[in-house]
Amino acid sequence: MNFPLIVQYGLSGITVGSIYAIVAVGFNIIYSTTGIINFAQGEFLIIGAMMAISLYQVVPLWLAIALAVIVTTILGGLMEVVFIRPVRNASVLRLIVITIGLSILIREAMLHIWDEQPRYLPYFTGTESSTIAVFGAYISLQVLWVLGVSAVIVAGLTVFFRFTLLGRAMRACADDRMAACLCGINDRWMVTLSFMLSAGIGALAGCVISPVTLTQYDMGAPLAIKGFTVAILGGLGNSMAAVVAGLLLGLLEAFVVSQFAAAYKEAVAIVVLLLVLVFRPTGLFVRREIGALRAA
Amino acid sequence: MEMRFVRILGVFVVGLALIGSGCKRSAPTPAEKAPAEKAPTTQLPAAKPQAEAAPIKVGAIFAITGPASFLGAPEQKTAEMFVEQINQAGGVNGHKITLLIKDSGAKPETAISLAKQLIDEEKVLAIIGPSTSGESMAIKDICQEGKTILLSCAAAETIVDPIAGYVFKTPQKDSDAARRIYETMKEKGITKVGVVSSSDGFGVAGAKQLAGLAPEYGITVAISETYDKAETDLTGVLTKLKGQDVQAVINWSIVPAQSLVAKNMKQIGLNVPLFQSHGFGNIKYVQAGGEAANGTIFPCGRLLIAEVLPGTHPQKQLLLKYKQDYESRYKEDASTFGGHAYDALLVLAEAVKKAGSVESEKVRAAIETLQGVVGTGGVFNFSEKDHNGLTKDAFEMLTVENGKFALYTKK
Amino acid sequence: MMRLRRYWPVAAGALALIALQAALSLTGATYYMTQITMSAYYALVVIGLCLLMGYAGQASLGHAGFFAIGGYTVAYMTTVNLLAYRDTGLVRALHSLGLVVQWRNLYGAEVLSFSPWPAFIAALVLTGLIAFLIGMPVIRLKGHYLAMATLGFGLIVYRVVLGTRSLGQADGLSNVPPFPLIPGLEVNGRAPFRIQNYYIAWVMVLVAMVLAINLVNSRVGRALRSIHQSEEAAHSLGVNTYRYKLAVFVLSALFAAVGGALMTHYNGSIGPSEATVMKSVRYVAIVAIGGMANLWGALLMAILLNFLSLRGVFGTFDDAVFGAILILIMLFAPQGLLAWKKGTFYFFARRLPDKARESEKSRMSPFSRGRPHG
Repeated sequence: MNFPLIVQYGLSGITVGSIYAIVAVGFNIIYSTTGIINFAQGEFLIIGAMMAISLYQVVPLWLAIALAVIVTTILGGLMEVVFIRPVRNASVLRLIVITIGLSILIREAMLHIWDEQPRYLPYFTGTESSTIAVFGAYISLQVLWVLGVSAVIVAGLTVFFRFTLLGRAMRACADDRMAACLCGINDRWMVTLSFMLSAGIGALAGCVISPVTLTQYDMGAPLAIKGFTVAILGGLGNSMAAVVAGLLLGLLEAFVVSQFAAAYKEAVAIVVLLLVLVFRPTGLFVRREIGALRAA
Repeated sequence: MEMRFVRILGVFVVGLALIGSGCKRSAPTPAEKAPAEKAPTTQLPAAKPQAEAAPIKVGAIFAITGPASFLGAPEQKTAEMFVEQINQAGGVNGHKITLLIKDSGAKPETAISLAKQLIDEEKVLAIIGPSTSGESMAIKDICQEGKTILLSCAAAETIVDPIAGYVFKTPQKDSDAARRIYETMKEKGITKVGVVSSSDGFGVAGAKQLAGLAPEYGITVAISETYDKAETDLTGVLTKLKGQDVQAVINWSIVPAQSLVAKNMKQIGLNVPLFQSHGFGNIKYVQAGGEAANGTIFPCGRLLIAEVLPGTHPQKQLLLKYKQDYESRYKEDASTFGGHAYDALLVLAEAVKKAGSVESEKVRAAIETLQGVVGTGGVFNFSEKDHNGLTKDAFEMLTVENGKFALYTKK
Repeated sequence: MMRLRRYWPVAAGALALIALQAALSLTGATYYMTQITMSAYYALVVIGLCLLMGYAGQASLGHAGFFAIGGYTVAYMTTVNLLAYRDTGLVRALHSLGLVVQWRNLYGAEVLSFSPWPAFIAALVLTGLIAFLIGMPVIRLKGHYLAMATLGFGLIVYRVVLGTRSLGQADGLSNVPPFPLIPGLEVNGRAPFRIQNYYIAWVMVLVAMVLAINLVNSRVGRALRSIHQSEEAAHSLGVNTYRYKLAVFVLSALFAAVGGALMTHYNGSIGPSEATVMKSVRYVAIVAIGGMANLWGALLMAILLNFLSLRGVFGTFDDAVFGAILILIMLFAPQGLLAWKKGTFYFFARRLPDKARESEKSRMSPFSRGRPHG
């Protein structure tokens, strides 16, 4: 394999990897605040994209995306308030099952509201054929958008969690809910906020990948599974690790495609998931002791 | 103790009520939501006025929801529309058609249950569909033994090979599509190709045909890769093809991969001709591919270019009418998939007319004698040995120019 | 003889079945038996899952995988055509042992394949083995990690059957021959065998129920319940929690495999749609709504919901119905609709709010004898 080909595979790996990373980050935000794994995470991406596509018919692209993100954010919050919050003192498993049910319902609702046809947003810059050369490999301009938006989201979240009051309050909640409560932080609203935040970045991600991957009503579930794998790989609750893990998985898949039959690509994520769950459930980047406390 | 009894009793009663409603409900749910103008799809009473003959019950199993909904939804819409038109024109030989549509969700076990329902309970004359090959194979034996005509809208060759007396199919043959592709390639002087196909039934069948027929046309398949049909990014796979220096790429899949392949190829700089399968039969796929879709070559039923057909072409009138009716009624583009259901109903109607009876054995035998039936997929000529009725001339080679379908012409 | 009292629901169930069959035959509505029989086979999976989730407290989001393994093994072995290898030593040995037979399929083609009984045994052995191997590492995981691992397992099974050429890939396997259980009695989906198969399926279910009830009321069952209530306490009492959980896991997998194998013979085919995540979620929803630790509730719900679903009553909302059920049950009735107050253990009982805790006081201790709540 020559150098441009390697770069090509690498870029392809990084592209899908960044999509997985965004979904994983969404998982992590909710997980760290509540301990719930939100199976409806993938659906947020699709809802955001579908809404943007519908809105695009009446308003300019940037406005459509902005509105879609806002509406999805509100939906995420509503979802939490209606379905998660009323369940008092429930075990985590019960809440996870609820999110599974929600992901099914949302998917079916999307099927009946929109339809089964694949839709797409237009390319943000350029067209379907526009490509630029990077070290001898060619990628679409939209890929740069995907990478850029992902980077901005991660950077923005880091800033949010580290430097803003609200972000720090959420982190406090994630560390120790009781103590946060004692400090006067309204933990219930922190949970809602975590859902809203996840929904929002999910919607944004969905919009930015729509020109590249097309958007179909049932794309949410596979994305959620991959994103979940990445989140576990990096260690649940650790967003930076999730990004690294996402890129790692993307590159691993690209590698498998390059050397073996492309048909095995799907198996990679699942095998990784099982291996991680069995041998290192706390993830690659979490120190064992901390992980043990967390997993209990 | 008492509370428990009351609870169990309560659930039992509710359960029985639900089962009762489930039993009575033989009418289809999607059609039930239909506006009043649609033809009655619930059972008509047995007694009729003297002039009208007994209605013919026809069942339909489509994958209206689920992973094959891009097939089942247009098929369902087409079937409802066509039956309404037939009934408004007085029915077939005076018999109106009662259409019972069921949604199988592309699950073979559900298709089996629905097929048995239609055959044993509703005692339909024929079943239209199912939409996918897996389901069709699952109910092939059931229909054969239940002596119910099956007019499948699925593509697999195994549906009609080995032949079962009561089982027919309307979509064109995959092998014919492959042949047309290879013929065109030969004309262009292409000898080395790369094949990418999806992992579902359609893709697998196509890949097999392509591999098997290539030597006949002097073409080498340098590389053949399968990808998951839900794949969102195909640059990895296509890079592999690029590495093999292929002269053309054949993609055999359904949406959304079809549009993705076109785009990804342009994006990674793989600038060779792209051939697609007859699954490319919807203008939406072209739109999704944008300018990357220009230049795609593929075999297809003539529905998509009906306007540019010569006026003397036998299919032109029918295709234009179907297209117009479908698009004005459903406000979406007509696709070749819906056409399969149209052809199935057409074949059934013609056979009933020819047989002059509604007995399944007679109608079945009549289908085998049908010649020259002009449908959307092509002109059908059935026989005892041929339960599909189409040859490779049913296909037209099409291409995409400026975002529209056009006839492919040799350059 | 006191012990036999616990089986009265089984006897009642058997009577109800006979009554139902008589009613259907008399009214000429025997075609309903198709869906009822199919529901019975799905119910086998549900019973096993109920044992696992309700009594052993382990969530499994991948049980459709075991159903599929059972079904595909049977389908593959009875349809793989070894005619070309007829003269090899191995095939001849198998033939002489009666494991491989020659028959003619519906289209007149000669097929040399395994006979159904060896295929069935093989399916059970294979499923048990896989369940054991998967269970070993997975059972150690806690709570939602276990659920995710089983989800992953289900996905792998789906990908394997979807991707393997000899398993029919997306089209699945068809032309599966009937299964002659004993001479004169066979699992066969064709119309003349309807009543026979109705009884075969339901006898299977009743046998499974008897097994399950036995298990629940035995020492193993008590150990399971203690594990469910508090794993640490049980462990401290010397209960080998790991071994018991693994045993139930394998047992529930076997139940599912039997359901899968018999259903495949009944339908004459199987496809990858039986191994999807959605199917696993359905089984979980049915167990949830029937009552996590309520075998009869789960059975009842299995019949009801599968019957309606197979008849197309839910129309295009089929999946949505199960999703809604999951949500509603988890929100409002996590112990299921049919859980009765006495002698039940709520799956999530440890964390229920005060209202439910009150009724817990009236609960009998899971360690006492008495009414079966299975």
